[in-house]
Amino acid sequence: MNLSPHGLIAAISMGNVLFYAFAAMIACAALVMVISQNIVHTAVGLLFTLLGVTGIYFLLDAEFLAAVQLVIYVGGTLILIIFGVMLTSQSQRSRLGPSLPQVMVALTLGAILLIALVVAIHHVTPTLARSQPAPGEYPMDLLGQALLGDALAPFELISVLLLVAMIGAAYLARGRKRSNENSGSRTP
Amino acid sequence: MMMALPPVGLEHYLVLAAILFVCGVLAILLKRNAIGILMGVELILNGANINLVAANHFAYATGDGKPLLTGQIFALFVIVFAAAEAAVALAIFLNYYNNFSTIDVERASNLKG
Repeated sequence: MNLSPHGLIAAISMGNVLFYAFAAMIACAALVMVISQNIVHTAVGLLFTLLGVTGIYFLLDAEFLAAVQLVIYVGGTLILIIFGVMLTSQSQRSRLGPSLPQVMVALTLGAILLIALVVAIHHVTPTLARSQPAPGEYPMDLLGQALLGDALAPFELISVLLLVAMIGAAYLARGRKRSNENSGSRTP
Repeated sequence: MMMALPPVGLEHYLVLAAILFVCGVLAILLKRNAIGILMGVELILNGANINLVAANHFAYATGDGKPLLTGQIFALFVIVFAAAEAAVALAIFLNYYNNFSTIDVERASNLKG
């Protein structure tokens, strides 16, 4: 690609603007998630956070990972969570809010954690960061070869984990109901 | 001029991931709805994923010129792990809701099966 210097600068600053836009979206949605007491609002905040993370993956040239994030997280996990919200929906009058001491402790802890992390990142990154952003993209065939080559053992292990988790979840979610039926009318 | 914004480097992505992580911890601490706590865990896992992918991106093409993919593969595994974890956690919550007809973790003082 023969970008002129001016075009290159424009592309880089375009990436900057996109990064800040996605970062603002992620931060706002995550804050909504923390603040909101309504569980449906929390789920919507999670949706926008996940979409923002998808955009961040695109900016980092990880197109395959962005697609996976969109399909599995937004299309799968989030739907699962929303089904959980609907299946355990409670009456609107019982808003589950934290008490004031809990809020104080949590905010103090969060502020300390954030400051410590940012200071640590400031200390560490000059030794890690490259000066220039990567020009290339990650070829899909290399990813497939790595998944079936170097990372074959964890790849197989995680498929077994997924199977076990699926069986376990099905057993947990169905077993109780059956024992309820067996033990007569145990009112929930 | 776009000089108002500094160029985005690894540090920016790490700080964004740190913000996401702290938001997840706060959600876990502040939510009394068990599903809200599960969403906080998802936030933390996403923050970790951003760290992994960003570190992978900024360590591009060390050595023989082939791109490194370790961070992306690790992030892929984290996504699968998060899906499995959400399924099991939701099954536990449904079970708990069937028994106690509430999802409030403050009242989960009785775990006898």
